[in-house]
Amino acid sequence: MTDIVSAPDVTTGGIVEARQVGETGARRYLVGAICIFMITIMLTPLVLSFLASVKTPEAASAVPPTYFPNALSLENYLTVATYQAGLWTYVSNSLIVAFLTIALCLGLAVPAGYALARYRIPFKELFFLLLLASMMIPYQAMLTPLYLLFSELRLTNNHLGLAIIHTILQLPFSVYLMRNSFEGIPKELEEAAVMDGCSSLQILRRVFLPLVLPGMVTVALFAFIMSWNEFIAALVFMSRETSFTVPVMLTGVSTGIFGVVDWGALQAGVIVSIIPCVLIYILLQRYYVSGLLSGAVK
Amino acid sequence: MLATNNRLVGFLYLTPALLFVAVFVFYPLSQLIYISMTSESLLGGGQFVWFDNYIQAFTDRDFWRSFWFTVQYTVIITPILIGLGFLLALLVAENRPLVQFTRGVIFLPVVIGLASSSLLWVWLFDQQVGLLNKLLVDIGALDAPMVWFNRAHLGLFAVIVSVVWKIVGFGMIIMLAGMQTIGQDIVEASMIDGASYWQRVRRIIVPLSSRSILLATLISAIGSMLAFDQFYLMTGGAPRGQTFTSVYWIYQNSFVYFKLGYGSALSIILMVVIMCGAALQIAIQRRGEAQ
Repeated sequence: MTDIVSAPDVTTGGIVEARQVGETGARRYLVGAICIFMITIMLTPLVLSFLASVKTPEAASAVPPTYFPNALSLENYLTVATYQAGLWTYVSNSLIVAFLTIALCLGLAVPAGYALARYRIPFKELFFLLLLASMMIPYQAMLTPLYLLFSELRLTNNHLGLAIIHTILQLPFSVYLMRNSFEGIPKELEEAAVMDGCSSLQILRRVFLPLVLPGMVTVALFAFIMSWNEFIAALVFMSRETSFTVPVMLTGVSTGIFGVVDWGALQAGVIVSIIPCVLIYILLQRYYVSGLLSGAVK
Repeated sequence: MLATNNRLVGFLYLTPALLFVAVFVFYPLSQLIYISMTSESLLGGGQFVWFDNYIQAFTDRDFWRSFWFTVQYTVIITPILIGLGFLLALLVAENRPLVQFTRGVIFLPVVIGLASSSLLWVWLFDQQVGLLNKLLVDIGALDAPMVWFNRAHLGLFAVIVSVVWKIVGFGMIIMLAGMQTIGQDIVEASMIDGASYWQRVRRIIVPLSSRSILLATLISAIGSMLAFDQFYLMTGGAPRGQTFTSVYWIYQNSFVYFKLGYGSALSIILMVVIMCGAALQIAIQRRGEAQ
C-alpha cells in the first residue's frame, strides 16, 4: 500500500522535503503517533465487520455484542451464499454488468479520444463538450426518462441496460482520459508509421494502442469500481430478484426477514462486496490514484 | 499527407460516442423536460399540463423540506471533509514509509461502495448489536446504548460520521496533489525567513493550493447535494420523512408513488441547481488545464 506516492502525478515535491529538513525529533514522533491513530480509526470498522462475519450467527446477533468472536464460524458466509437466488447469481450479475461497462467505455472512448487528440475535425471543441455534457447532468435526475426508454427497449432487468447507464456515468471521464493519453504521444511516431505505409486503423492498432494501454487500464479500473458499487440505478432498473446486483441484494439482507436482521450474514455480505475493490486497489493503486488526479485536477 | 488529416475518418471514430450520448443522454433529457409537463404516471394515462407540476413543486412542503435537509447536510459535511482532508494532506505529505502507509489506508474506503459502507455503519450504530454504541458506553461517553435513527439530527450525525470515514481520503489526495505542485524554492525561502510551520501553511500552502481546495470543495458539495444511498440505507427517511434528501424524495415520487411527471419536474429543479455547481467546476478545471 506504500506505492501510492510513486504514482506519476504524486511526485515528491516542495513542502515534503522542506518539512523534513526543519523537522525536529519530537515532531517526527508526533506525526508518527497521529498516523498510527488515523490508521486505527480507518481500519477498525473494517476489522470489526470482518470479525462479526466470522462469528457464529448467534454470537453476531448477541445483545450486548462482543468485539471479538469466541468461536470461528463460516456459517454467516454460507447463509449469504444461499440467500434467495444464491450469492453467485448476484455476484455474476454484478460482474457481467461491470465487464459490459468496461467494454462499452473502452469501445466508445478509445476511438473518440483518438479522433479528438489526433484529427482535424470541424467543431471539434463542440463535440468534446457534448461528450462531457453528461458530467453536468446528474444521472439521478435522468432515471425517469431512462426508465421509460429502457422499458420500451426491453432493457430493464437486463445486464446490458444497467451497463449502458453505468457507461453514461463513466463516459466523460473515459473520453477525457483517452484524449489526454493520445495527446501525450509524439507526432513523429505517427509520421514514421505513415511513411511505412500504415493505414489509419493500422496506426491506431499497432502504434497507438500499446502506448495508451496505461490509459485504457485506468478507464477499465474506474469503470469496474464504479459499476460494482453503483446503487440507485441498480435499485431502479434491476427490480426482479434474479437480476439484483450485489449492493441491491445487500439491501434485502439488511431489511431482514419479518424485521429480524441477520447481522452476521449482513456483515459477511458487506465483506464479500468490499473484497474485489480492495484487491484491485492494492494491486493497481498506481493507476487508480494517477487516474483520479488526471480526472480531477489537471 | 498524414492520415490524421482526413476529416471524414476522424469523424467516423467520433461517431459511436456521439451517437451513444445522443440516444442515452440528450434524447432522455428532452423526454425529461416533456414528461415534467405531463401528469404521466407509471400506472398510465398522462396529460399535458404545462407548468402545473412546477407550480405544485414550489408549494410542496415535503419537497422543500427534503431540499433544505440536503442543503443542511451539504453545508455541514463539506467543511468537515475539506478541513479534515486538508489537515490529513498536511500529515501525509512526507515520504516516510509509515506516513505513506497512512496515506494508503486513509484512501482505502474511497474505493469501497457507499452502499457497503452504509450497511457497515448502520450495524456499528445499531442500538442492540452496534459495537460503536458499546464502545461509547465502555469509554464512558454514553450511559446506555442509544437509538441513533429515530431522531433526524442524530441520524444525520450518524450518516455524516460514516460518509466522512468513507470519503475523506478523496479530498485529501486531491489537495495533496495540489500541495505537491508548490515549488521547493518558495518553501525554502520562507524557511530561511524563519517562518514557522503553521505560518508556512497559512501564507504559502493554503494560497498556492487554493485551486485544488476549491475543486475538492465543489466535487464534495455536488456529491453531497445528490446524496441518496447513505440515507436510503441508514435512515430510510425516518423519522416521518425528516431525513429524505432531494434525490430520495424524487426516487420516492417516481418509483414508489409512480408520479413520473411530478418526479421529473422535481428532477429538473435539482438539475438546474447541480448544473450551476458543475459549470463552475469545469470552468476551474479548464482554467487549470490552460495554465
